Amino acid sequence: MDMADNIIVKVENLSKGFDGFPVLDDVSLSVNKGENLVVFGKSGTGKSVLLKCIIGLMKPEEGRVFVHGADVLNIPLKELNEIRKNIGFLFQGAALYDSMSVRQNLEFPLKRHFNYSQKEIDSKIHRALEVVSLTEAVDKMPSELSGGMKKRIGLARSIITEPQLMLYDEPTTGLDPITSKEISELIINLQNQFRMTSIVVTHDLMCAKIIADRAIFLKEGKVAYEGSIDSLTGSKDKFLINFFSYDLVKES
Amino acid sequence: MNLPRIIFKGKLTGTEKLYNFFATLSGLTIFTMEFFKYVFTPPFEIAEIKKHMNELGVKTFPIVSITGLIIGLVITMQSQPTMQRFGATDFLPAMVSISVIRELGPVITALIFAGRVSSGIGAELGSMRVTEQIDAMEVSAINPFKYLVVTRVIATTLILPILTIYVIMIAIFGGYIAVIITENMNFAYYQSSVINAVQFGDLIPGITKTFVFGFIVGIVGAYKGYTADGGTEGVGKASTTSVVLSSLLILIFDTILVKVTLWIWPTI
Repeated sequence: MDMADNIIVKVENLSKGFDGFPVLDDVSLSVNKGENLVVFGKSGTGKSVLLKCIIGLMKPEEGRVFVHGADVLNIPLKELNEIRKNIGFLFQGAALYDSMSVRQNLEFPLKRHFNYSQKEIDSKIHRALEVVSLTEAVDKMPSELSGGMKKRIGLARSIITEPQLMLYDEPTTGLDPITSKEISELIINLQNQFRMTSIVVTHDLMCAKIIADRAIFLKEGKVAYEGSIDSLTGSKDKFLINFFSYDLVKES
Repeated sequence: MNLPRIIFKGKLTGTEKLYNFFATLSGLTIFTMEFFKYVFTPPFEIAEIKKHMNELGVKTFPIVSITGLIIGLVITMQSQPTMQRFGATDFLPAMVSISVIRELGPVITALIFAGRVSSGIGAELGSMRVTEQIDAMEVSAINPFKYLVVTRVIATTLILPILTIYVIMIAIFGGYIAVIITENMNFAYYQSSVINAVQFGDLIPGITKTFVFGFIVGIVGAYKGYTADGGTEGVGKASTTSVVLSSLLILIFDTILVKVTLWIWPTI
């Protein structure tokens, strides 16, 4: 396998703004197969926008995004959807379909994209719920679930199609430290189990420490720092010291 | 689909309001064109259409039943003294049935339907938009426009004519109740008066325009919800403006369709 085959996501010179205000400014990065990349940054620095550009939900003003070698911003919707079938996306608020039960949420992508029998679908649902330890919630409605449970079900829905690439948008935000740790451990277990490649947007240092193989830090729309978690947290840079000191206090 | 962006903020200037008016108009036109692009392409989501026909239509029957009955009662009670002055109370069944079939039944049912259904669609899709459920559908490689919008618009377009026919029947029955209270008229006479007065030409334009009204209710609610922005406040706005815009469009299109009807069938 050559170097190019090993790169799952490649972002080149991405720029995106809203109402004339630049959010992402000439961002470039790449993620290798099986790697967990954590994207740090203060709120409003374009972390979620970056994920949405990668999956083609937002069109940037400039730049290109390649997923599995395909230029996702310049291909027809049909081809983009084929690529999307191989990508899981965990939204910040889980984005479970309110009008559907947990079972219906999970079987929705399976029924639409695959020709599985109902027995196979049921077994996949059971397995996905087992992974997130929520088999008992299968017939509940999203309104009956707590924030942490919603995140887990969202995660189960994202992994049920066994995607090769997972995008996580602040997977632990709004959760208590214990549930945050559980979700982070769940993510790393999934990565090991299904050999997924992941991009995780977060500002939760504990989550990043569990998950990250490598991290980048977005500041004023640019990739300001890149390296291992230890190199970022141990940096002498005043901005990074300030940013991580809050998280370290939280952790302690 | 590139829709013009609506400006969402607390206080809008005159220019911004004017911009939003034209942005809504052009956005709704693009949205309607997108509907026709997808409506004839598979998958046709029959199960979803049936579900929405039940949710949006069948559950509207109680409210339109009451409305229909009251329309019939009130028109008859209001007209009876005047008709009596001219000794024309025998014409009450004909007057009630023709006014209900041609105009009041279709328009009032559509307005009630807009109040219940357009706001519901606006709020539901708006809530799905701001909680990223529509994005979640899109990243799952499912076309949310086809699944959420096309199915609802087809359901509202098909169910409103059925509701209208039902309301017309209830209103005529309401007219009969009012007549037996004030006049010495039996049901057989009332029924035969209605049948003699109503022609096929009265029914067709009245019912045909309800397909247009049903389409307006669905497409406006879906457009407002699908393009909602600005959190829960945006959902509220989507719901309110869906009712206002769809009611306004129903009345505008009613005027146009009456003119068209009179042009096609000048004798009506």
